[in-house]
Amino acid sequence: MGKIEIKNLDLFYDDFQALKSVNLDVEANKITAFIGPSGCGKSTLLKSINRMNDLVEGCRIEGEILLDNENIFRGMDVNLLRKRVGMVFQKPNPFPMSVYDNIAFGPRTHGVRAKSKLDDIVEKSLRSAAIWEECKDRLKKSALGMSGGQQQRLCIARALAVEPEVLLMDEPTSALDPISTSKIEDLALELKNDYTIVMVTHNMQQAVRISDNTAFFLLGEVIEYNQTEKLFSIPSDKRTEDYITGRFG
Amino acid sequence: MKSKTWNEKFMQGVFFTAACTSVLAVALICIFLFANGIPAMKEIGFIKFITGQRWKPGNDIYGILPMIVGSLYVTAGAVIVGVPIGILTSVFMAMYCPKKIYKPLKAAIELLAGIPSVVYGFFGLVVLVPRVRELGRALKMIGLARSSGNGNSILTASLLLGIMILPTIVGVTESAIRAVPAQYYEGALALGATHERSIFKVIIPAAKSGVVAGVVLGIGRAIGETMAVIMVAGNQARMPAGIMKGVRTLTANIVIEMGYAADLHREALIATGVVLFVFILLINFSVALIKRRGEREQ
Repeated sequence: MGKIEIKNLDLFYDDFQALKSVNLDVEANKITAFIGPSGCGKSTLLKSINRMNDLVEGCRIEGEILLDNENIFRGMDVNLLRKRVGMVFQKPNPFPMSVYDNIAFGPRTHGVRAKSKLDDIVEKSLRSAAIWEECKDRLKKSALGMSGGQQQRLCIARALAVEPEVLLMDEPTSALDPISTSKIEDLALELKNDYTIVMVTHNMQQAVRISDNTAFFLLGEVIEYNQTEKLFSIPSDKRTEDYITGRFG
Repeated sequence: MKSKTWNEKFMQGVFFTAACTSVLAVALICIFLFANGIPAMKEIGFIKFITGQRWKPGNDIYGILPMIVGSLYVTAGAVIVGVPIGILTSVFMAMYCPKKIYKPLKAAIELLAGIPSVVYGFFGLVVLVPRVRELGRALKMIGLARSSGNGNSILTASLLLGIMILPTIVGVTESAIRAVPAQYYEGALALGATHERSIFKVIIPAAKSGVVAGVVLGIGRAIGETMAVIMVAGNQARMPAGIMKGVRTLTANIVIEMGYAADLHREALIATGVVLFVFILLINFSVALIKRRGEREQ
């Protein structure tokens, strides 16, 4: 049984069907990578897992997504769902406030008021995101003054601060330079011991480097889902092989 | 080739002249105001003029403190009435409003900006003044106020001005809120924050400088408003004695007496204009400052 089970998921934007009966189990404490060409639905599926698609007008979902066997679309508070399933966006999006307030925003949202507790959470989250050393002296300064890579790790720390179970990452390194990228990748490998990570990536090398399982998407369908090693060495589907050898996409 | 260069130069001159007109107008107004106002201030005595509590042109006593205080009271009242409504309206328009309601709402607020101030004044005179008079009587009856006033009061002027500054505040604040990147909102939601918490803890703080600029512009509009205030404020040239009592603003002081004033009296009124002008300068200056700080934070 997976941490997240996606069952017969169809997703429509008005008349356009973006996902076609997707079935996929995400294993706990593993990194699962979604790969595929642009517009294949991988980001859409990722955003369905914490219901960020609710914001999109005309978006309609059929089928189910189970988080620890609970249907996230029925009877689950969406804000609690998003507390359990954190998200890191493609473009680093720290709030225009201090580093400290950025991290403390989540815990405060969920009712943590005590200063000492918040201090602990801030330090622990920043340490987990491997950015404590770089910003411990500037906690009270605006987060917007940091570099793109630091901002992205800050956003990861911010997501960790609410103690999620799952971390969704939507092309978290596509806006970053190679050094920042490798830091984020190391971080992801570190974090999978405590969290279940689902990552959308355009970079196949990245998927090979860090993911345990990979799903290949094409035109809204999951073409192949397997252990990363197997998928990249002996793809069972011709289309997967064409894509990973760079014949299209 | 040569004629084209000449042509371009000529047109450049035309544009330059056009651009100069507005600068020239401001400069001329400045010179006129200060040239006519400063001598009067000197003659009366600057301190005496600004802090004098009595305005009696008949006896050559010119103290405009009551009018300064009056303008400040009325403006503060307008801020208390208009700012919360204005900000909440713009939040509604930017973050909550269904598309169907948005267009009529936007049109209504734009119309509010276009209504001539004399019409506002008339509305105040016919609708607000009697209500405030009744309120005053009721308050006196239950012993909360010593005298009821006749309805022409600070309260009435504040209510009316509060409505009049709404379009300014709503317009500027709404565009400031819309200018906040959507990713801040998404980031807050993704942490499990509700719609409301995302708006009030992330979006509005991010739009802070725009919101403050809107409020300050509203203050500028309120302090400069003349016609509508004259019609509902009572205009007694004495220190305001309570919010149910009448008040005279700087603008009202000038308009009411300019028609028959002569000599020092006339110059004292122009000096009143100088004081008003300085207030407006301060307000514009602070808007510019806030905007610059906002840009630096981005």
